Amino acid sequence: MDAISLIVRSIFVDNMIFAYFLGMCSFLAVSKNVKTALGLGVAVTFVLVLTLPINYMLENYVLKAGALQWLGKEYAEVDLSVFSLLIFIAVIASFVQLVEMVIERFSPSLYSSLGIFLPLIAVNCAILGGSLFMQQREFANVGMAAAYGFGSGIGWLLAIVGMAAIREKLEYSHVPKPLKGLGITFIITALMAIGFMSFSGINI
Amino acid sequence: MALSSKTKAVLWGPLNKNNPVIVQVLGICSALAVTSKLEPAIVMAIAVALVTAFANVIISLLRKSIPNRIRIIVQLVVVAALVTIVSEVLKAFAYDVNKQLSVFVGLIVTNCILMGRLEAFALGNGPWPSFLDGIGNGLGYGWVLVVVGFFRELLGSGTLLGYKVVPQALYDAGYENNGLMMLAPMAILLVACIIWVHRANNKELQEETN
Repeated sequence: MDAISLIVRSIFVDNMIFAYFLGMCSFLAVSKNVKTALGLGVAVTFVLVLTLPINYMLENYVLKAGALQWLGKEYAEVDLSVFSLLIFIAVIASFVQLVEMVIERFSPSLYSSLGIFLPLIAVNCAILGGSLFMQQREFANVGMAAAYGFGSGIGWLLAIVGMAAIREKLEYSHVPKPLKGLGITFIITALMAIGFMSFSGINI
Repeated sequence: MALSSKTKAVLWGPLNKNNPVIVQVLGICSALAVTSKLEPAIVMAIAVALVTAFANVIISLLRKSIPNRIRIIVQLVVVAALVTIVSEVLKAFAYDVNKQLSVFVGLIVTNCILMGRLEAFALGNGPWPSFLDGIGNGLGYGWVLVVVGFFRELLGSGTLLGYKVVPQALYDAGYENNGLMMLAPMAILLVACIIWVHRANNKELQEETN
């Protein structure tokens, strides 16, 4: 039950894009049509679901103060949390590389449609942000971390697909010249974010 | 020290025509999240400028010895090491600001400005131009942050850097702080306004399609 409410919360209330503005760069760059937006959204969700549990295990069994206790008494004092940033980003970058190679080997068609986005995911703030928030919130177990990753990924997917749909319709509207392209996209994002804030009062 | 015209372009370009935030759309994430007050915005701008400059220098020195296939991981490790240093320094000397910035110090690692500059500039240029390029882009990022932070703090809480600037008489006359300014969406709206003004003045940057 906890996991479900966590998922719903991270999709709507703590939406990665509209509440924290994470992963905005690719959100703005790749939201021109629905199809590619969907592809990137799925890839981000996939990487989030897989890297969050891995980083959770690393955080709790290697990095946190006293986390190395299972190695023996003399390690109980060791605090490696200074390195958390380095470890997290290394896990994410190597994982993205791994996913890229696996997809290339087993599904060339998916690879060619996702190809360019895969390396981009390594520097998507939403992924590293997920790991850093996970570190702050101290989830109870690996399952909760995975649920959080899944919810955040779906929230991101929802946002980018919605944005792409609006931008496709925008072709037909009359926008002031200096606002065309980037400017109007920012304004739409702001309005969507205000809309999503109506979820923030909901207590699940 | 005389700067040649090319170095000048490297340093000043990012402040205006090549601005990383409002023209190239890089590094938006952190630009929006840390600007509800002026002080964290300034700290963040300085941190990003320093990290970009030194990461540029390091990668530029290493550029001939990094194998092409693993360069992204090498770049990320260099950046992550620098960011860890910055974050420890902030924790030691500016703990309150560090608390306000929370995860966003760590997120400098994935700030697209860094990767963008490393890929586009440091891999093909020597250390000194790379350093200037890093500083220039850091400043270009910084002024947008400072402008957004200035308006959000002024209109949202009537203060600047924590000092009250809106006179009490105005409040007595019925003026109220605009709470909406403290909310995150207004940061995006302000950036949109900056883009609008900037592009109205630089016609060549305007886009044809949506």
